[in-house]
Amino acid sequence: MIDLLGYAAFFLSTALIFAIITLGLNLQWGQTGLFNVGVAGFVAIGAYTSALLTTPETAGRLGGFGLPILAGWVAAMAVTALVAGITGYVTLRLKADYLAISTFGVAVVTQLVALNARGLTGGPFGVAFIPRPFGALADRPALFNFTSCGVVLAVTVLTYLALEHLTRSPWGRVLRALREDERAAVSLGKSARSYRIQAFAVGGAVMGLAGAVQAHLIGFIAPDNYVPTLTFQVWAMLMAGGSGSNRGAVAGALVVWAVWVGAGALSAALVPQAFQARAAALQIVVIGVMLCVILLWRPQGFFGPRRRRTPGGG
Amino acid sequence: MAQTHPDPVLQATDVTKRFGGVVAVNGMSLAVHRGEILGLIGPNGAGKTTMFDLLAGSVAVSSGSIRLNGVEVAGSPAHRRIAQGLGRTFQIPRPFAGLTLVENLLIARQHQTGERLWPNFAAWRRIAAEERAARDKARGLLDLVRLSHLAGEPASVLSGGQRKLLELARLLMADPQVILLDEPAAGVNPSLLEVIIDRIRAINAGGVTFLLIEHNIDMVTRLCHRVIVMAQGARLAEGTAAEVARDPRVIEAYLGGAG
Repeated sequence: MIDLLGYAAFFLSTALIFAIITLGLNLQWGQTGLFNVGVAGFVAIGAYTSALLTTPETAGRLGGFGLPILAGWVAAMAVTALVAGITGYVTLRLKADYLAISTFGVAVVTQLVALNARGLTGGPFGVAFIPRPFGALADRPALFNFTSCGVVLAVTVLTYLALEHLTRSPWGRVLRALREDERAAVSLGKSARSYRIQAFAVGGAVMGLAGAVQAHLIGFIAPDNYVPTLTFQVWAMLMAGGSGSNRGAVAGALVVWAVWVGAGALSAALVPQAFQARAAALQIVVIGVMLCVILLWRPQGFFGPRRRRTPGGG
Repeated sequence: MAQTHPDPVLQATDVTKRFGGVVAVNGMSLAVHRGEILGLIGPNGAGKTTMFDLLAGSVAVSSGSIRLNGVEVAGSPAHRRIAQGLGRTFQIPRPFAGLTLVENLLIARQHQTGERLWPNFAAWRRIAAEERAARDKARGLLDLVRLSHLAGEPASVLSGGQRKLLELARLLMADPQVILLDEPAAGVNPSLLEVIIDRIRAINAGGVTFLLIEHNIDMVTRLCHRVIVMAQGARLAEGTAAEVARDPRVIEAYLGGAG
């Protein structure tokens, strides 16, 4: 029983980390209309930044600075905000699909750097021995899972409150105005360029934070954690929960992650051993089908405001 | 008229705009005097809306000078114009459809502390106080344009004419000195048109200068102190509405003469 609860706590921790990433995307797409398909890249940058700063010194790789976990998280946010801000700056003239392609490129480049720059990232072997919050409890798995879940929950709540505050602020109002009609907002004195870069940076910081928290939850990261599937999952979560709503972002993450894990468990139980590797692709199919059903039955998602919008309205 | 208003609030001198090989505005000059309502008329394709875009900064001039309160603004970006005192509406109104009417107005308020990122975590009280003041002002302006009963509704519920009134109220949030109106009468039903004309007069009486593009000659006659006629990207005539209506060059331009 206690093991089951421990697993539930671990499941919830993972889902909540997705919720944080989705909150970041909601600021960029849901509020501002920025079509960012490079989510995985920003999550990776946060994860690697914090990992390099907090791990013990390691031969053959830069860093291992042994800094406190919190310092790693703050740095992860700062570095990801910077990279996302630069991404926003260089893509200022791009909209909709063109912006999507560029941000996708940023994510692919990030992943390839993680894979190949061994001296910086450990290459395909990744970074291990990332300190875990309350790591002293690691020999009591259930208790450790509960405390980890508590930490992730606290970060999620803080992120949610901060973003909810920003969404309701005059700053958030300007983002929505730019999403609704950029030309009109500019004529009323709002610098579309400046707000676009800010939305990229703040959303990126949130994604980077999620990446860092996840790295410290598992204790190990590798480049294949940050493939386009991650971006797909997060987009599915935002669409399901309701683009534009922070509550929706969290709810969508929990539901889609449950379906993802459920589909994985089901295919593991039903599909013969020999075909297991291929059956894993069914998870993506299940999410795709679920997305179609949601878009038909409730296009605005669980909590999304009622309005007609398509990607490309950028 | 120029003698009685020696104070141009907005002055364009020898402004030209080329789009590739097409010269949309060709050496156009005009001066809008403080306190007047100036009409800009001309046949379709005369370059009126391009001239508006140049004055508002949303399109860059190819050559020429634009001065707002004596300050050269031709090189400065569009989003600076409103703080410099110039606001514009659009030929097809551009409300923020998903935002409420009050929010539409709040967007236009200038110098809001809360529009910067960090103060939202550091200066709560100041932002809350500014918001209260801005909301009061927004309610007052919605009253002025007779839309206060819809204050909490999204702007998507408004009719075409109401959207024009909303745009006008939205601009007034920014306390502009000059307002450029692009076809305020187009597509507006007659009873609402009376409201629009009446409101423009009232706002003008409050000290705001207007430059308006309009095809509805009745509205131009009733509102404008002075009219400038544009044709083929350049100034063709100037005078009162009655004077230009009698001008044979203007009649020819409208009827598509040999020009």
